[in-house]
Amino acid sequence: MTGWLSDVLDVSLLTLWISLAALGISALLGIPGGVLLALRRFRGRRLFRALIYTGMGLPPVVVGLVVFLLLSRRGLLGELGWLFTPAGMIVAQVIIALPIVAGLTAAALESLDPELPLQVRSLGPTPVQESATLLRQARGGLVAALLAGFGGIISEVGAAMLVGGNIEGRTRVLSTAIVLETRRGAFATALALGGVLLFLAFVVNALMLRLAATPRRSG
Amino acid sequence: MRRSCLALYPLLLTAFVAGCGRTTGTTADLLVATTTSTYDSGLLDAILPTFESSRGVEVDVVAVGTGQALEFGKSGDVDVVLVHNRDLEEAFVAAGHGVERRVVMFNDFVLVGAPEDRAQVSGAATAAEAFRRIYQTRSIFVSRGDASGTYARELVLWEQAGVAPTLTDEWYRPIGQGMGETLRFADEQAGYTLTDRATFLAVADSLRGLALLFGGRSLPENPDPALLNLYGVIQVTPEDPLAPRARLAADFVDWLTSLETQEAIAAYGVERFGQPLFYPASDAWCAASEGAAMACADR
Repeated sequence: MTGWLSDVLDVSLLTLWISLAALGISALLGIPGGVLLALRRFRGRRLFRALIYTGMGLPPVVVGLVVFLLLSRRGLLGELGWLFTPAGMIVAQVIIALPIVAGLTAAALESLDPELPLQVRSLGPTPVQESATLLRQARGGLVAALLAGFGGIISEVGAAMLVGGNIEGRTRVLSTAIVLETRRGAFATALALGGVLLFLAFVVNALMLRLAATPRRSG
Repeated sequence: MRRSCLALYPLLLTAFVAGCGRTTGTTADLLVATTTSTYDSGLLDAILPTFESSRGVEVDVVAVGTGQALEFGKSGDVDVVLVHNRDLEEAFVAAGHGVERRVVMFNDFVLVGAPEDRAQVSGAATAAEAFRRIYQTRSIFVSRGDASGTYARELVLWEQAGVAPTLTDEWYRPIGQGMGETLRFADEQAGYTLTDRATFLAVADSLRGLALLFGGRSLPENPDPALLNLYGVIQVTPEDPLAPRARLAADFVDWLTSLETQEAIAAYGVERFGQPLFYPASDAWCAASEGAAMACADR
């Protein structure tokens, strides 16, 4: 019975790689974006905020449709050949997760005691030091931002199906595999895959929360 | 304290890099689009490895509705399409999107429904008559309602029956989903639906109470030739016919219609279901069997 076990492993690993890679990119871009929105004044700040908040509410299946049309051979980015590949799925997942990470990071920073940024600035830090200090203070909300982004993409099925094509061994992830097995009437298999998905989400969440909760050194 | 937060970045970066490494792995040598019903039958999983190992290539299969599969062909996102809607296939080739339509195999549609059979379709002489009875008794009918080959046939049968259900007929339920979901829906609603026999056989175990009411226990016993379902394979017109990918696509079409593969198709499913799910019907097969197959006459 090692056939199905290795299939489940392959699908699970692929799910993790794609969603963690997308989360990584979303964090690299989204956390600085959230800092920008919360702590800096600039022209167009309100528009930027509106864009991020709108992005947080984008229906994932619509994102999938748009990415599919872009990556199709007759689309603007067709030359990349990313349709029906994990790379294409990462693109879609970044578009979904990035606004969530940026928006919630900004919200976490904005919910800090308003005295705090003033106190920090009085110490004369560089902008990067200032941002890093405030992010550390708001790290509970920061982790929540990352977990919210991750949760949104690891279980998403519409965009994954449209952009990935649910190709066995190449773009089949847990969510799309569940749809397939349900369609086939293999409910036990579908439920088992659902269990695996929940377990993976739980493990990643627990790890991230643990990293964030490392106790402070006194003094 | 610094470590806790900054540790996140390396973790995520590692994931990113590892992910990149994973995703820039090999890509498929050939991409085939087919319908969900064809894919769910498991036929391609059974016969593709022969092609892949003999040519040393990887073939990816994407399973979507007929309409979407043909759209993939039009946009050049796949190299080959394998569907079962003759009119759409011929229009596809006529418009220049495909090289040539080649018949591969056939099976049949059957009418399934709740065993009570309130519309008495099992007593009908033809599928059109069965459809008329469903219409007249206003029995629940679940429709694919999409651009699939099955839906196209359903529309033909309503026309033959001389009736036309509309959305104001609340017994008529178009759900716009694949065959597996449609069967499940009909099962839950104790309604009738038109299905290809292969999908029904494959998922019958998981359906509580749908019975095969019209179409015979196997294809040779199907009383109505209007229920025959032909599958065609088309190589998508390549930008460069001499490129290796285009030649591999042409090779694939030749292989699918070759005698050995046709025999493999004929053997598929016999052990599990007591009857084949598909009957070969390619030019090569018809020539070799002197046109014995039902579908060799009109294709």
